[in-house]
Amino acid sequence: MATTGHAAHRIIEKHAGARDALIPILQDIQAEEGYLSQEALEAVSEGMSIPLIQVYGVATFFRAFSLEPRGRRVVCACTGTACHVRGASAVLDELERQLGVCAGQTTGDGEYSLETVNCLGACALGPVVVVDGINHGHMTRADVQHLLGGEPESAGADR
Amino acid sequence: MIELTIDGAKVRAEEGMTVLEAARTQGIVIPTLCHFDGLSPYGVCRVCVVEVVKGKRSSLEASCTLPASEGLVIRTGSPRVQRARKVVMELLLSTSPKSKLLQDMAANMGVTKVRFQQKDRDCILCGLCVRYCEQQMQSGGLGFVGRGVSRRVGTAFDEMPEECRNCGGCEWVCPVCEQACRADDLIDGLCGGCLNAVPVESCPICTECSQSVGAEGHRTFR
Repeated sequence: MATTGHAAHRIIEKHAGARDALIPILQDIQAEEGYLSQEALEAVSEGMSIPLIQVYGVATFFRAFSLEPRGRRVVCACTGTACHVRGASAVLDELERQLGVCAGQTTGDGEYSLETVNCLGACALGPVVVVDGINHGHMTRADVQHLLGGEPESAGADR
Repeated sequence: MIELTIDGAKVRAEEGMTVLEAARTQGIVIPTLCHFDGLSPYGVCRVCVVEVVKGKRSSLEASCTLPASEGLVIRTGSPRVQRARKVVMELLLSTSPKSKLLQDMAANMGVTKVRFQQKDRDCILCGLCVRYCEQQMQSGGLGFVGRGVSRRVGTAFDEMPEECRNCGGCEWVCPVCEQACRADDLIDGLCGGCLNAVPVESCPICTECSQSVGAEGHRTFR
């Protein structure tokens, strides 16, 4: 409690505790700790004098926030309309099969978290899979193996 | 003072009043669900829709959040408004078919069938409890959690919030959990009693209900 509380308080101070800075504060905490712990949210609520439920409501509203610890590497598959019609569900199935977890879960060894997102705004590249912040476009089932194999520049990588 | 026209009658309203408040000063009844005196207008249930006439055209707007302005022409009971309200009631009933208040209102509006899939969520997300907790009790233990179809009213981490004083206001103000419809079987998503299939005196459900079926009494729509 003490350490996360400190981190949250320090981040709130950095943002001068302004009420409209709630989302940037949560983003900073998530960037630092990988997820939003109950202690962190309680510290934010206390530090900013906002009821806990409002902080919790914001944290549960946005898909970008996670209330549970995430794996070391985050695999995020886009299932938006454009990616969907280009076969995102097959790619997601393959990711789920190879990682052995469903979307929204973390592998038992804490290595991978598999998530879905509704649109990344990179529809021309669809289906898109983001691994650790790097976009991989035009994904197919076959590309998934390369992606999870840890090869940084797989066939479908755009950057 | 502003002058507007509601149902053909000239109504004088004060600056800052909503159309709903202006209508109520004249005794014009507009049904509401998410509106509550003393709480901020929210405009989510859409039961209070009225028709705003603009020349040859008209639009449907929620009267509880529509500010009264000079020269506004409002119709509160036109066929278009009645049709819209019926659909709104059907949508609300499809999420909370057990609510007696919703069943009563639907009956009064002449809804005879709910055409949408029944979900039985026991919440219409009107936000009355959330606003009551925040604005009347100055507590703020309740709020909305999640987003889209998984949006629900809840507390942080589903734990009893520290702010809660057990006042029970959230349950008292709730249009859904306040009183349950006693009907065992719903016909087309509606309570048989409220559907007015039988006269009130011999209706087994109505005679057990503590409330009558609204201000208009027991009307038969079939």
